[in-house]
Amino acid sequence: MNGLFAQNAYLLISLLKVAVVVLVLLTGIAYLTWFERKVVAHMQSRWGPERVGPYGLMQPLADGVKFLFKEDPTPAGADRFVYFLAPFLSLSLALCTIALIPFGPGEISIFGRSTSLSIAEINISLLIVFAFTSLSVYGVALAGWASNSKYPLLGSLRSSAQMLSYELGLTMSVVGIVLLSGTFSLRTIVLAQQGTVLGVLPRWNVFSPIMPQVIGFLCFFIAALAETNRVPFDLPEAETELVAGFHTEYASFKFAMFFMAEYAAMVTVSAVASVLFFGGWLSPFPENPAFHFTYYLPAALAAVGGVLLIVNGLRYRSKVGRVVVPVLGLILLLLAATCALPGVNPVIQGPFWLLSKIFFFLFVYVWIRGTLPRFRYDQLMAFGWKVLLPVSLANVVVTSLLILLREKR
Amino acid sequence: MSAETVLFIVFAGIAVMAAVNLIWQRHPIHSALSLIVVMVSLAALYLLLGAELLAAVQIIVYAGAIMVLFVFVIMLLNAGEEERTEVSHAAKFLGVPLAVALTGLLAWRMWAFAPAAAASAVTDQNQTKMLSRLLFTDFTFPFEMTSILILIAILGAVVLAKREQ
Amino acid sequence: MDLAADCVVLSAILFGLGVVGFVFKRNIITIFMSIELMLNAVNLAFVAFSRQWHDLSGQVFVFFVIVVAAAEAAVGMAIIVLIARNRHSLNVERVNLLKL
Repeated sequence: MNGLFAQNAYLLISLLKVAVVVLVLLTGIAYLTWFERKVVAHMQSRWGPERVGPYGLMQPLADGVKFLFKEDPTPAGADRFVYFLAPFLSLSLALCTIALIPFGPGEISIFGRSTSLSIAEINISLLIVFAFTSLSVYGVALAGWASNSKYPLLGSLRSSAQMLSYELGLTMSVVGIVLLSGTFSLRTIVLAQQGTVLGVLPRWNVFSPIMPQVIGFLCFFIAALAETNRVPFDLPEAETELVAGFHTEYASFKFAMFFMAEYAAMVTVSAVASVLFFGGWLSPFPENPAFHFTYYLPAALAAVGGVLLIVNGLRYRSKVGRVVVPVLGLILLLLAATCALPGVNPVIQGPFWLLSKIFFFLFVYVWIRGTLPRFRYDQLMAFGWKVLLPVSLANVVVTSLLILLREKR
Repeated sequence: MSAETVLFIVFAGIAVMAAVNLIWQRHPIHSALSLIVVMVSLAALYLLLGAELLAAVQIIVYAGAIMVLFVFVIMLLNAGEEERTEVSHAAKFLGVPLAVALTGLLAWRMWAFAPAAAASAVTDQNQTKMLSRLLFTDFTFPFEMTSILILIAILGAVVLAKREQ
Repeated sequence: MDLAADCVVLSAILFGLGVVGFVFKRNIITIFMSIELMLNAVNLAFVAFSRQWHDLSGQVFVFFVIVVAAAEAAVGMAIIVLIARNRHSLNVERVNLLKL
């Protein structure tokens, strides 16, 4: 038994890492829908989900159960194979990208073997991310075609043209990063961002002393909004014009897969944006003993959250809530205590900062959704080709020029 | 058998089956999907051969851009199933053996051309850098020519697809 | 087994299948796809030889093939759209007049 384990240790540890990441990601996606509804509701002076569980916390579970038990019809004249393939393709490609994200600097040991904090270590991981993104258009395009219905077809025609056009801007906007760090490996790109600028700012690529990649980041974020079909670029599923766009004919779990794919894509794009432009797992504080107290930030945050939950939970209006919410608070307090342990504390720093950056970008996504109206189709195309592409190309030219001048000196 | 051989057999099998499926299927969308499968398994073979950059480019450009264009045009034109017309007897009884003969001849000549000595895999970490250097030194002229080619292609596509007033 | 030599044989088989598709298919888009299949087979041979001789220029050629294929697809698709608009069919046997 021991020998078998030793032989397959690499495989087992990889499977364990995959299981942990997928579990966390899927739970995160479920609660991202809750978070989005809550935030948009508060922006519009509503309460959002309130009924299922305290603060509507059981809403994602209720939604999941509802999806599972809905009838799942296939439209007449649909191409059955492609109709089944499309949601599967969408979801799996959206989930795959997360395997390439490095979550922390060091190595952790599981069962006495050290392993890095990412599922796959490839030296061209950035290109693989783009490979997955470029394939994700098929899920949307094929779904609309296979449904054999006019609104989905219109939605998928729009989306294939849109995703093809904005992919250029997306790819061009990160060329500056590749030039600055001289590598395609996400881990090395993060490592190249260590240090500070002028002693205060972290030396992340957005604040790079050679050429701050602010324009590159803006291009990347706008193109990423379009690639994930989010407001204001959600024309493929414009519900006021096309019923629900490419997934009009989908119901039940197949619809849930498209839904999850959209949110998974949001999470992975936010992760890639934080790794490329905002230093990934790096802390925004300088690495010196004076700032060592920031290591206790995750524990402090969890503790404050726990205390708030207990105090508010004891006054919650329903009886169940008065029990469940304080228990959640206690769990958070326990988590805080674990995070403060000297053995755990340094390990969670990387994941903590990366996750907070991802969370920040997800909030911006929701914020934009609550703020902006949808583009018109011709405006969308004109913006992609006449503004986004030239601006990101100019960014590439200026960045490479500045790097060349610096090397000449 | 080494892991390399097993992976080669798996991906080569997928590629050949998908290529046969491309010819077999009557609906262009199904043919396009088969071709995408061929391209992705070829990308996996490139990884096996140590050409990682090409594997990524193959998926990004071929599967992610060119084939999207194919699928887009098929959807746009609403292409239906192919009409099968009668193939002449000469094509049936002469063409198929000739195609097999061509494949065999190609395989045999190229197999003979490949040096038999098993070369050690190129495990150079900086292959991408070497490739780019080659592209911008020895192959600068062809590289610049491709940009003109693409410009001409863009102009040609615009002129051709423009509706006459 | 030698990986590069096997890849060369696979490349020949894929090329042969591409030729068969090119000759037998009647849909103009599928014929175009058969050409792409042949180009892919050639690319595989390039990469295999490049590995065998430790020479990266083989891989550079694959880049050029991909670029040419992209340009070809752009123009080819425009022509196909034009044919479909004028003939209302994608069957190559219907394209039997010189004038549009």
